[in-house]
Amino acid sequence: MRQIAVLGMPNTGKSTFFNRLTGSHAHIGNWPGITVDLMMAEVKLGDELAEVIDLPGIYDLRGFSEDEAVVRCFLEKTPLNLVLIILNTTQIDRQIILPLQVKQLGLPAVVLLNMADEANRFGVQVEPDLLAQRLGMPVLPISAKYGMGYHGAIATITASLQQHDNLVQVAELEERLLNDRQLANDLAVILDGAVQMPLKLSDQWTSRLDRILLHPVLGLPIFFAAMYLIFQAIYAVGTPMQEWLGNGLDWFKSSALEPFLAPLPTFIKGFLIDGLYEGIGTVAAFLPVIFLFFLCMAVVEDSGYLSRSAFLMDALMERLGLDGRSFVMSLMGFGCNVPAILGTRVMRSPGLRMLSMLVIPFSLCSARLNVFMFMSTALFTAEQSPKVLFSLYLFSFAAALLTAAVFKGKFPSQEPLVLELPPYRFPTIKQMLIRAWCEVKHFWIWSRKFIIFGVIAIWLLNNLPTNVPAASAQTLSGMIGQAIQPLFAPLGINPQLTVALFFGFIAKEIVLGGLAVIYGQPEDGDLANAIAHQIDWVQAYSFMLFTLLYVPCLSTIAVLKSESKSLKFALLSVGWSLGLAWLASFFFYQGARLLGF
Amino acid sequence: MSTTHLANLKPGQSATILSLDIETGLQHRFCALGLRCGQEILMLRRGWMKGPLHLRVGMTEVMLRRCDARQISITGIGKAA
Ligand SMILES: Nc1nc2c(ncn2[C@@H]2O[C@H](COP(=O)(O)OP(=O)(O)OP(=O)(O)O)[C@@H](O)[C@H]2O)c(=O)[nH]1
Ligand SMILES: [Mg+2]
Repeated sequence: MRQIAVLGMPNTGKSTFFNRLTGSHAHIGNWPGITVDLMMAEVKLGDELAEVIDLPGIYDLRGFSEDEAVVRCFLEKTPLNLVLIILNTTQIDRQIILPLQVKQLGLPAVVLLNMADEANRFGVQVEPDLLAQRLGMPVLPISAKYGMGYHGAIATITASLQQHDNLVQVAELEERLLNDRQLANDLAVILDGAVQMPLKLSDQWTSRLDRILLHPVLGLPIFFAAMYLIFQAIYAVGTPMQEWLGNGLDWFKSSALEPFLAPLPTFIKGFLIDGLYEGIGTVAAFLPVIFLFFLCMAVVEDSGYLSRSAFLMDALMERLGLDGRSFVMSLMGFGCNVPAILGTRVMRSPGLRMLSMLVIPFSLCSARLNVFMFMSTALFTAEQSPKVLFSLYLFSFAAALLTAAVFKGKFPSQEPLVLELPPYRFPTIKQMLIRAWCEVKHFWIWSRKFIIFGVIAIWLLNNLPTNVPAASAQTLSGMIGQAIQPLFAPLGINPQLTVALFFGFIAKEIVLGGLAVIYGQPEDGDLANAIAHQIDWVQAYSFMLFTLLYVPCLSTIAVLKSESKSLKFALLSVGWSLGLAWLASFFFYQGARLLGF
Repeated sequence: MSTTHLANLKPGQSATILSLDIETGLQHRFCALGLRCGQEILMLRRGWMKGPLHLRVGMTEVMLRRCDARQISITGIGKAA
């Protein structure tokens, strides 16, 4: 099989091209450093089968950060037939150094001048043929996003692949590269006459928007207002959808499932309906919320506003020992903590990376959002519950800030920050739908796996031994709950909830499914009511605080360990978040009770 | 011609980069972003509360912290075209 690597500077559209070429769904976003690991897919080019590898962005083949190291290591270890170099045409004035370096290494390459649409709009003119002649490799303008020039590019790539049927590998990358002075000279010679840049950048839209969005006084308020609006929109549209779906699933249960399973023994029937169906159904009802959430996330990530938020927050982050990029990763963590932690690979200083990784798990991820949406709609009025939810987002921020302030001395860093601010963009409808759909699929497959396990475990614990009342103190879960009660009673968290938290260690989806199982026992079947009968809002809020702050899930811990390459660090993160969760819940619960609530 | 460092540039002013006093590894990164000797650089805005600087070099806009901008000396300050 032929090996093709997609190489380019960050944020030039490598993953967009890779997706178009192979039909994959690699994560795309208007932020340098979305891809931080290799992604592979097979595709047929001509009559050859080829393996295409999407690489993280690399600024310079002599680069030094973790994501760049991935690329260098890949290039040194993997023999290739062809390298596709993706450049952002509008920035060809600086990005041309990459094809120069590749040429120096003697790798066969095709240069794709991406974002031809933007180049047109901004008035950048390039003569591909002249460039091709000077570089000694094919050069083609394309737009990976909209498809212009794509077929021509594929034809050229296929032809080049046929010419280069031998694999080429580069050893000792470093020694073979030009020094800066030579590079600057070559660059000027190559570009001269082949590229015409407008005297002034003519992306008026970006300049105008920046004047407002990066305004010294209004910038931050606008940012938080925008986040609040997005949250409101997701809540306003998502909750009714979740209720409809939940009601539909309930209806199916009472009108089809229960009559159908009626002949079965009570124990088995209870397990299937109150255990599996109730647990999975409760989580499944949140799929529309997940979909909406990531639809919004796709717009935010592709807009270029992430980099702006880095600009706006950097001053504050600097005082906390972090930088603007840490803030952006925390924002991404609101979707899922795992890719956000991987995203810190763009940071070079270990101190900064570690501190960021310590902070990210406090971002209220979409799995936790489901638990909170569920509990807050159960225990608060329709008016209060969005406010309750929003307060949890504020707690999430506060915990992150506190963590940074506490540990900043332990993880010092002096990393200079230089970050690109790309033009504002908007995703295509297709990009948005694909993103949301992939996340829903992932959530569904993933949560099903865990929930089935978690639900079975919790249900059995709740119903064994069979000769005692379900979910009572005599059941296994009652006993476990009682055993750790001394720790959780001061937080107002009862034995059943303790068991849910216990399993929530694995994944937060289990907390939701577990709640459904724990409280799904009463005859009327309305889970939300059942919870409201057994605990009051102070207990519920204390439970939510604990859920927010303690370990997000096992995968997060695993990634923390593998990225920091230190078990000690992962344990520190677990210990700190558990301690913080306990203290926060304790002070909240005892405080509220003291005040007479 | 007078020289100073980049952090002193006011919004709307442009200048030419004279030298970058930073370690080699970082120089590659700066160079890849277009921050090279001899390049014309324009200050777009300065962040709030001693926040970062928003600059344009060629066709690329970047943000840079003030402390790092002090390591970049510039010359030929003028109004942007
Ligand atoms: N206008 C325009 N935008 C594009 C084009 N190709 C990609 N983009 C946008 O450019 C941004 C970056 O795209 P990605 O595919 O994530 O870039 P990447 O090179 O994989 O980035 P990293 O993985 O971060 O290195 C996204 O906002 C894309 O929508 C194009 O041809 N035209
Ligand atoms: Mg990518």
